[in-house]
Amino acid sequence: MSSTLMDPADPAEPVGPMSSDASPSPRAEVRRRATGRQGLGPRQLAVALPAALRKLDPRELRRSPVMFVVEVGAAACTVLTVVSPGVFAVSITAWLWATVVFATLAESVAESRGKAQAASLRASQAQTTARKVTAPQDILEYTGGLAALPTTEVPSASLHVGDVVVVAAGETIPGDGDVIEGIASVDESAITGESAPVIRESGGDRSAVTGGTTVLSDRVVVRITAPAGHTFVDRMIALVEGSERRKTPNEVALNVLLTSLTIIFLLAVATLQPFAVYSGARQSLLVLVALLVCLIPTTIGALLSAIGIAGMDRLVQRNVLAMSGRAVEAAGDVDVLLLDKTGTITLGNRQAAELIPVEGVEPAILADAAQLSSMADETPEGRSILVLVKERHGLRARESGELVGAELVAFTARTRMSGLNLPAGGQGPRSGGPDGGSQDGVRRIRKGAAAAVTSWVHSTGGHAGPDTARIVDAISASGGTPLVVAEQLGSAPARVLGVVHLKDVVKQGLRERFAELRAMGIRTVMVTGDNAVTARAIALEAGVDDVLAEATPEDKLALIRREQAGGRLVAMAGDGTNDAPALAQADVGVAMNTGTTAAKEAGNMVDLDSNPTKLIEIVQIGKQLLITRGALTTFSIANDVAKYFAILPAMFVLVFPQLEVLNVMGLSSPRSAILSAVVFNALIIIALIPLSLRGVRYRPAAAAVMLRRNLLLYGAGGLIAPFVGIKAIDLLVSLLPGIS
Amino acid sequence: MSAPWIAVGQILVLVAALAAVHLPLGGYLAHVFMSPRHLRIERAGYRALRVDPDADQRWSMYLLSLLGFSLASVLLLFGLERLQDRLPLSLGAPAMDPAGAWNTAVSFTTNTNWQWYSGEVSAGHLLQMAGLTVQNFASAAVGITVVVALIRGFARSGGGGRVGNFWSDLVRAVVRVLLPLAVVAALALIATGVIQNFAAHTEVTTLAGGGQHLLGGPVASQEAIKELGTNGGGFFNANSAHPFENPTPVSNLLEIFLLLAIPFSLPRTFGIMVGDRRQGWAILAAMGTLWLVAVGLLTWAELSGPGAVPQAAGAAMEGKETRFGLAASALFAASTTATSTGAVNATHDSLTAPGGGVALFNMMLGEVSPGGTGSGLYGMLVLAIVAVFLAGLMVGRTPEYLGKKIGRPEITVVALYVLTVPAIILVGTAVAIATPDGRAGILNAGPHGLSEVLYAFTSAGNNNGSAFAGLAVATPFYNTALGLAMLLGRFVPIALVLALAGRFAGQTTTPAGAGTLPTHGPLFVGLLVVVALVLVGLTYIPVLSLGAIAEALA
Repeated sequence: MSSTLMDPADPAEPVGPMSSDASPSPRAEVRRRATGRQGLGPRQLAVALPAALRKLDPRELRRSPVMFVVEVGAAACTVLTVVSPGVFAVSITAWLWATVVFATLAESVAESRGKAQAASLRASQAQTTARKVTAPQDILEYTGGLAALPTTEVPSASLHVGDVVVVAAGETIPGDGDVIEGIASVDESAITGESAPVIRESGGDRSAVTGGTTVLSDRVVVRITAPAGHTFVDRMIALVEGSERRKTPNEVALNVLLTSLTIIFLLAVATLQPFAVYSGARQSLLVLVALLVCLIPTTIGALLSAIGIAGMDRLVQRNVLAMSGRAVEAAGDVDVLLLDKTGTITLGNRQAAELIPVEGVEPAILADAAQLSSMADETPEGRSILVLVKERHGLRARESGELVGAELVAFTARTRMSGLNLPAGGQGPRSGGPDGGSQDGVRRIRKGAAAAVTSWVHSTGGHAGPDTARIVDAISASGGTPLVVAEQLGSAPARVLGVVHLKDVVKQGLRERFAELRAMGIRTVMVTGDNAVTARAIALEAGVDDVLAEATPEDKLALIRREQAGGRLVAMAGDGTNDAPALAQADVGVAMNTGTTAAKEAGNMVDLDSNPTKLIEIVQIGKQLLITRGALTTFSIANDVAKYFAILPAMFVLVFPQLEVLNVMGLSSPRSAILSAVVFNALIIIALIPLSLRGVRYRPAAAAVMLRRNLLLYGAGGLIAPFVGIKAIDLLVSLLPGIS
Repeated sequence: MSAPWIAVGQILVLVAALAAVHLPLGGYLAHVFMSPRHLRIERAGYRALRVDPDADQRWSMYLLSLLGFSLASVLLLFGLERLQDRLPLSLGAPAMDPAGAWNTAVSFTTNTNWQWYSGEVSAGHLLQMAGLTVQNFASAAVGITVVVALIRGFARSGGGGRVGNFWSDLVRAVVRVLLPLAVVAALALIATGVIQNFAAHTEVTTLAGGGQHLLGGPVASQEAIKELGTNGGGFFNANSAHPFENPTPVSNLLEIFLLLAIPFSLPRTFGIMVGDRRQGWAILAAMGTLWLVAVGLLTWAELSGPGAVPQAAGAAMEGKETRFGLAASALFAASTTATSTGAVNATHDSLTAPGGGVALFNMMLGEVSPGGTGSGLYGMLVLAIVAVFLAGLMVGRTPEYLGKKIGRPEITVVALYVLTVPAIILVGTAVAIATPDGRAGILNAGPHGLSEVLYAFTSAGNNNGSAFAGLAVATPFYNTALGLAMLLGRFVPIALVLALAGRFAGQTTTPAGAGTLPTHGPLFVGLLVVVALVLVGLTYIPVLSLGAIAEALA
């Protein structure tokens, strides 16, 4: 499906790919190339190796109890090997160390991907000079004419919260802040990777600027909102580097379970020695450590932290910054998605979809009047009327110069109409009234809200007629917006020509995505300021589950609280300051990078592309993160079955020859069997690093379907794979002298 | 009729009876613990105990009440045993020694009913009736209260950690459930020939002129609750192999039915109380699968009689009653070890090597198939949480069971639960095998000797109470060590389960949707069974490979 959605010719804004194995959005792709992200190769491993070796420090490794146990075991075996060396002892010890190194390598490879990005971000962090406004506080509070105040040049690092700086074209914005005066175009490519400049202006929802970005034109006055060293870019660097990484709740919980499994197996192996002694089969410590390392869940223990880092990294690749790993996990749990109608579900603006003349009016006449009335209308709605008229009714676009003497009537909030007055003898087909050319001859065309135009018609002594009301009501009922077009010739009573049907245009592909979300158990709620009738009609077309119509920010907050009280997790996207309370309340609040500082502070993620539809991708990344963990845990535990069949007969076959029956893999010798199991246990970590960085394949489906597929793949696969793997390794290992 | 057909026939009869009875019994149990009304006799009891039966306790208070009650039970029982010779109806039995008294007091309070002594020699009628039988009711009821509290934790949403009232649950479990059922069961047992009298043990001269020791006592009344409450402590040393406790194949089948009845009914209760009967079906299916597999394996092992001696003798009849035969003994052995009952109608030491291994493994699973009254269900529910945690991640959500999220606090409690009993068993067995005191009790050499010790600690740690026999346990070492194993194996898990109940009760329930891991249906049942087998089983495979597995493959 993604190929059609990604078609650049598609008039609708492309919606990102649904399945994670497809490529991310084109912009993110550019970014990926820019930061040099590639798959896992030998080079990347080599680069990550020094960091991996540093991580062998027991104080650091202690955070992963499973790997800590392996390291302690490896250290003990090293001592034993030094005391009494041999091919078997050396091999076992070497592979035990390899197991630990592979684990730290996985983590440092995952981190290295973030480091590249951090480096490019740091480049934007170069020390800059700020022009700080020097004026008493009460003058700074006053907004107006600040740019004219005297300034002093200070280093950007010395700026404090509340300082006011002036930034002119060509200068770098010295720190995070809000524009309090002026308007400017700003190049934010250093952060977003998007080269097209964006507009930043005082007041409203586009006032936030980020330190390190460059003003391209004009001049703005900025009030600093973040102290140096704690700016957005600083946080970004810390996040992508993983230096601020804390274990997420589910990761901690999983670690608890893995630790308890490790303790159980520690007990099982430690108590095995007295039993073995009783049975006359005393085991060497080397073999016991090998058994222990094979039984404890090393695979998931080794990859757990890499999975978490890679999950965050996948978000960064899609230009989303999560302020905490907790939020990424919560995204997987989301039950309700709140989506703003405008910009998320529909294209930003309504478009003219149809012209409906009242009875007795030729469509061509209505089209002509609609076109003329929209000449003065610079809004997207107005332009869409011109497009419709041209495409559907074959009227060529008119230049304003063609209309000699025409007087444009602009839209005002008071009249709620726009249009134009043509002097007698103006161009275009006349509506052909009975007294075609009256003395006055001025032709007045008006277009606007039904009530406004109707009352204008009435004021000239005309009648709107029952037909008008019928058409208007029908359009309203279908969720559209009616614009009535009327004309007045000379001093005659005005009459209604027809109605323009303005429609919200739902983005393509959303219906399918909402259906997929529904299958995943996520309910979508459309939030809009429209009235209930309009909202429901659009909701029906877009395929969302629910609607919050005539929504105020308070309504939004109340809805989130209500859903949460019912035990559901809510995600939403927002940009305005009045979204901030809701963003803070939501379990996953994605703030748009174009939004206000308040919104960015309140949310727990920031989308640098400012694309609210990305909420859906964020949910999928969260789910993929959890699935990857679950899959590898299941795989890791299922592996133990085969390892028992390899190691236990090998340990005890000397005293109990009958246990040879359990050697179902037909491993060549006890030593070879034990070594093969240890080698498999280490190699499987390396083999699964790409999977843990990439995340398991994820296709949206109902939980039951996903469970069956993943259980089969990673549960049954985890049972079978080591039988094959250990046997294969045994064939090689048995060639070693001193093993077979 | 050949043995396999007898085996299949009696299993079918048993399954049919259980299928018929678990619906009404499970429903009745749910009603008992959901009803707000008190019976008049119960009110009198509450007044006597000076407790408020309507106080909704937090989990910690619930636990303290339970521990207080159990401590009082241990002390009372200990006193009765120590002072037995000075109290009436002792039938001349001496006071128990301190280590033995401790062991027995703990054993009956923890629903284990491990018996180091033989009833006819060491326990008079007063101790049997006022001590042991009372605890047969009380300890079974305690197990039920714990699972009821856990179910309430699942069923409640944002309840502030309140899980019900221990005293009310305890009294109801005894008065409304166990007593009436025990009366009916006792009458049925008497009808099959189990004795019920007040006679002292008497010496009689037979017609042939020989002497015979004729035993008497209120056997049927204790036998009923012994099975019904998954207790297992026999009136006589021979337990359900004794003809006065279990005279005929009919009484044998009846006893098996009784010990399975409540554990197999509780999943229904669970389903009703959490408002989704399918959840109950899933748990029942997992329990039933494990039980059926065990029954099948054990029956196959005994009928095929592997090993040199059974082959030579023609059948593995050593240690089995001829009036029951192989199949009925196998069915009993599988059921008694799967339910934490521990009553025996044959010597488990004499089961074939694979058969004994199955009995051992049944207990090692943690007594969840279907386990003891209450304890079986809460054990299985904890395993279900583990299964949900492992697999639940694979649907891309924070794992949740019945709308309760399994976060760090919850999984910590669960992890400790899963850890506790294996730790007790492995450490206990290792200590016994490594010390001269422990090795002194071993009867058989080699793998079988290891199994004897392992069986004892597995039985004690899981509160089963059956013995492999062979092992001489009437020593201060085993009485003390096994007493500790029983105590820790009972109350540590209970404390953890109640803590879990409190956590869940305080959580807001997340409504289920299409994205929620479905915890009903064959897929989850299969997963649960595999988790029980792999996760629990893996712990014991190394030691089993030196015991039962080595022996069975020999």
